[in-house]
Parts: sequence; C-alpha cells; structure tokens
Amino acid sequence: MTESKTVASPLGDGRPAGVGNRGDRVWNATLLGFGGAILVLAGLIVVILLRSSQPLFAQVGFLQFLKGTAWNPVTDAFGALPFIYGTLVTSAVAIVLAVPVALGLALFSTQLAPRPLAPLITVPVELLAAIPSVVYGLWGLFVMVPFLRTHVEPLLQARFGFLPLFQGPPIGLGYLAGGVILAIMILPTVSAVATEVIKTVPVAQTEAALALGATRWEAIRLAVLPYSRKGILGAVLLGLGRALGETMAVTMVIGNSPSISASLFAPGYSLPSVIANEFSEATTATHVGALTALALILFGLTLLLNAAARLLMRATAGKTIKGT
Amino acid sequence: MSSLRVRKLKNRLMIGLCAASVALALVPLVSVFWLVIKEGAAGLSWTFFTALPAPVGELGGGVGNAILGSLFIVGLASALGIPLGVGAGLYLAERGGGWLGNAVRFTAEVLAGVPSIVLGMVAYALVVVPMGRFSALAGAVALAFLMIPGLARATEDLIRLVPHSLREASLALGVPQWRTSLRVVLRTAAGGLLTSCLLAISRAAGETAPLLFTSLNNQYWNARPDEPTASLTVQIFNDAVSPYDALHRQAWTAALVLLLLVALLNLTSRLLARGRLRGS
Repeated sequence: MTESKTVASPLGDGRPAGVGNRGDRVWNATLLGFGGAILVLAGLIVVILLRSSQPLFAQVGFLQFLKGTAWNPVTDAFGALPFIYGTLVTSAVAIVLAVPVALGLALFSTQLAPRPLAPLITVPVELLAAIPSVVYGLWGLFVMVPFLRTHVEPLLQARFGFLPLFQGPPIGLGYLAGGVILAIMILPTVSAVATEVIKTVPVAQTEAALALGATRWEAIRLAVLPYSRKGILGAVLLGLGRALGETMAVTMVIGNSPSISASLFAPGYSLPSVIANEFSEATTATHVGALTALALILFGLTLLLNAAARLLMRATAGKTIKGT
Repeated sequence: MSSLRVRKLKNRLMIGLCAASVALALVPLVSVFWLVIKEGAAGLSWTFFTALPAPVGELGGGVGNAILGSLFIVGLASALGIPLGVGAGLYLAERGGGWLGNAVRFTAEVLAGVPSIVLGMVAYALVVVPMGRFSALAGAVALAFLMIPGLARATEDLIRLVPHSLREASLALGVPQWRTSLRVVLRTAAGGLLTSCLLAISRAAGETAPLLFTSLNNQYWNARPDEPTASLTVQIFNDAVSPYDALHRQAWTAALVLLLLVALLNLTSRLLARGRLRGS
C-alpha cells in the first residue's frame, strides 16, 4: 500500500490539507492570498513613497534635502531639516513628560493598588486612548495653549529663563504645546504596554525581595524594574513611534512655521503637520515629491522604532504583547 | 545601607509619586471630556444633525452632511478592511507557522505603527491620482489600510483561543478543513471578532489625517463613492483652525457628537466582550 495522499492534520497546525479535497485547496489558496495581502500592502507603501518622491530627488540629493533649512514651495526651495527638528523636539518633550507618569501609573496599578481597584486606574487611561486626535487638537488649541501662554510659560521663564530652552515671547503655540499634547496622547500606549510587561515579572521575585526586608519601593527597584527593563524600553519606543507619526493634534498647536529655534516657546513645524497642511494643495510635481520625501523619512523612522520595539518586547516576554 | 528611617521615607515618597502620576493622568481626561460637553452641548439641536453648514456669517446650520459622510466613508472602509484584516488573521492562525507566516506577522505588527497620514498618501496615489479627483472611496481605502494590520493581529489571537477539541471533533466527523475553519472555528470566535471589529471601526471613525487629501471635504450632501465627501473629523479640523467664532462653536459641538459616536462603539464592544466572558 503506497498511498501518496497527504492526510489533513487534525490539529490544523500548518501542515498542508488533504490533496484530494478541492475545497481545501481553494481554502488554502484563499488564506495564502489574505496573508500575502499584508506583504503586498507593505510593498505598495514602499514603492509608492519611493516613486512619488522621485521628482524631488531628480533635483536635489537626499543628503542635501535632509540638511536643507529653507522651505518655500513658491520658489521651489525644499529642505527637510525644520520638520525633522520639530518632530524630534516635540517627541522628545513628549517622552520626557509621559514616560515617568506612565511608569508611575503602571507600577501603581500592578504593584501598589489593591487588585480590585486596578481597573479604576486602567480603564480611564484606556479612555484617554479612545479620544480622537482632532478632539485633542481642538482642546489643545482653545484650552491648553491659552493655559500654557498665561500660566506655564511665564512661570518657566521666570524660574529657568537663563536656559535657551525657555527664552523668547511665550505665545503658547509652539514646540512645547506640541510636546505636551503628544505626551498626553502617548501616555495610554506607554502605560498599557509597560503594565503588560510588568505583569510578566514572577510574583515570587517580588515576594523574595519583600521577605528579605526590602520596602515596597526597594522591591520594585530591585526585583521588578531590572526584570522588565527591556520591555519598558520597548514600550517607550512604541510610544515614541506613535509620537513621531501623530498628525492632527500637533498640527493644531505647533504654530506651523518652518523654522528652527532653540526655544521651546517658538512656533515650529513637524513632518506629518506639513504634509497635512500642504499635500492637498500641492500643485507642482516637485512640491508633491518633497512632501512624499518627508513622508518617506517619517516612514523610515517609525519603521525602525517599531521593529526595534517589537524585537525588544519579544525578547523579554517570550510571547507577543498586545501593544498599540 | 542607609538607615531604616531614610529607607521608609524614600519608600513613602516613591509610592506618593506613583499615586501622583495617576492623579496627573486623570487631569487631561477630565478636562477634555468636561470642556467638550460644556462647550458642545449648547450647540446641540435637531438642525445640527440634519442641516448643511451655514455660510460664514449666518447663524444656525449643522453638520448633517459631515455626519452622514463619516458614516459613509467608515462603512465603505469596513467593507474593504474587515474581510481583509480578518482573513489575514485567519491565515496567521491557521497556516502561519512557517517562515512566511512569521514574515506576515512581523509585517503586520510593523504596519500597525505606520503613521495614518502615510497611509493616506498611499491611498492618494492608488485612488485619487488614477481617478483624477478626491473621493469617498479614496478615504475609505486609506482607513481600510489603517484597520487591516490591527485586525489581523487581533483575529489571530482570538482564533488561537478556540479549543483544539472543537476543531478535532469537526475533522473527526469528516468535515473538510475549510468548512471546519468557517463553520466551527470562525463561528466560535465570532463574538470576539465583533468586539475587535467595533474597536477598529471606532478608531477609523476618529481619524482625520488620512482623509484630508483623500475624501477632502464637501459643502453639500453626497452619497456617491466617487465624489469628495465631508467627514465629521475634517469638519472639526477646518472649523477649529478657521478664524470665526461661530465655527469654533460648531467644532465643539461636532467634537461632542464624534466623542459620543466613538464612546458608543467602544462601550458596545466592551459590553459584548464582558457578556462573552461571563457566558463561557
């Protein structure tokens, strides 16, 4: 008996299905098509961004574009630096403000709060993630920016005005406003992922520290944080990835001025913001090309960050963690 | 080692800081909800839901076309994105064991982090450029791209939760794999899939950036997929950055409507998820 028929694996564990069944063959092909669609989508993004940015790179070299500081579609001057700078500065402000708070949240809900109370902390933070970006922008523009202008910025200037970061007229709209709104928006991402990571720390490890006479905080510092360091770094990178690509809220509060200033009070511009403001009105091929080139830079940055974050978290948890 | 008193003091300080960060995180949440309700509620009226935007300088008017447009675009996006996303998830769960499966999984994870505005540009190149005009379809394609990676990952997780014994029972009865996948596995996971789909829809409904240069905007009613279409989110953006006070008020009310819509979708999915957990 040399029956060459492959028998369908009853566990459905990835082995090919029975050759004899036409339905299964069609089903296999269909599934493969769905899976392939993900790869096709990724390929499409890369090809389209590369192709649409060609008109710009036919005129300007990539490095020259990266280093260029002038942006004027009327005179065909296109430099990416003010936008890269604005994106990096606002994201840095966001990380500095959001990460300590997110860590505090994660530690409080996993280590300190009584277990029945934990949802009282995590659910509101999840709600924060559900608010649409444009609503944050609206709130930022009419509530947060005036507050920054009249309260926060004058205070910072009075106390730390000797730093170049806090000089110039406090107008509200600017890098600081963009950074603060981003901090609020990435807080749920960072704290949710950090919470998942911290939950993977074996309880025995914390208990051992406590049994040796450590205080709660010492147990956290000695047993919890070292164990979850990589995962927390992954959470921060994921948050950074979100901050880089966030568009609407930043567009509404950053001031939209293609300039570079050391002061956080000054108006600036970010990569996604300039695309949001100018893409639908870009008429020349070079202008479209320049905006697409900015998108390409943004895409590259987020791709690197996300890949790094995923790899880091896989390394710690050994299983995938629900992020984003 | 520092003295016990210092250690206890430090302990209290750090716990205090953790508690303070909880309080700090709640400030923007309360502020956003409170102001959207306070500023937005005043403008709520029947005409707000049914009328077209009033010309600048005139009183009244509504955002009926934008509400309908949002539903239209998001509906189209769901029709495109949900089958593809769930299908990709099925592939990952059922056939995603090999190197190809791992590649697809990793790509989906990374795609989930691509900024929505970049996906909007891809939809622009794929739909707007060949058609020669902005359209609801282009916006829907952009939002579908946004939904697919997340749905694929969620679907995979849900399908993997289906007990093997169910699958084995079906196969042992001689049911082919494809029917087992569709009629047994997928149906068992249906409740969870509904939750994931609702969450994906609510995320898409709140998106603005990819719509700015795909579905653009429209001052009038539109129900054709090949015409520019208004959406609630783009309307809020345009109103907010305009210099007119009346439009600012309209933006707050529109934000309230959007928030209610998103909250409704979120709550429904949460209730569904909770009911399922209790049922099993």
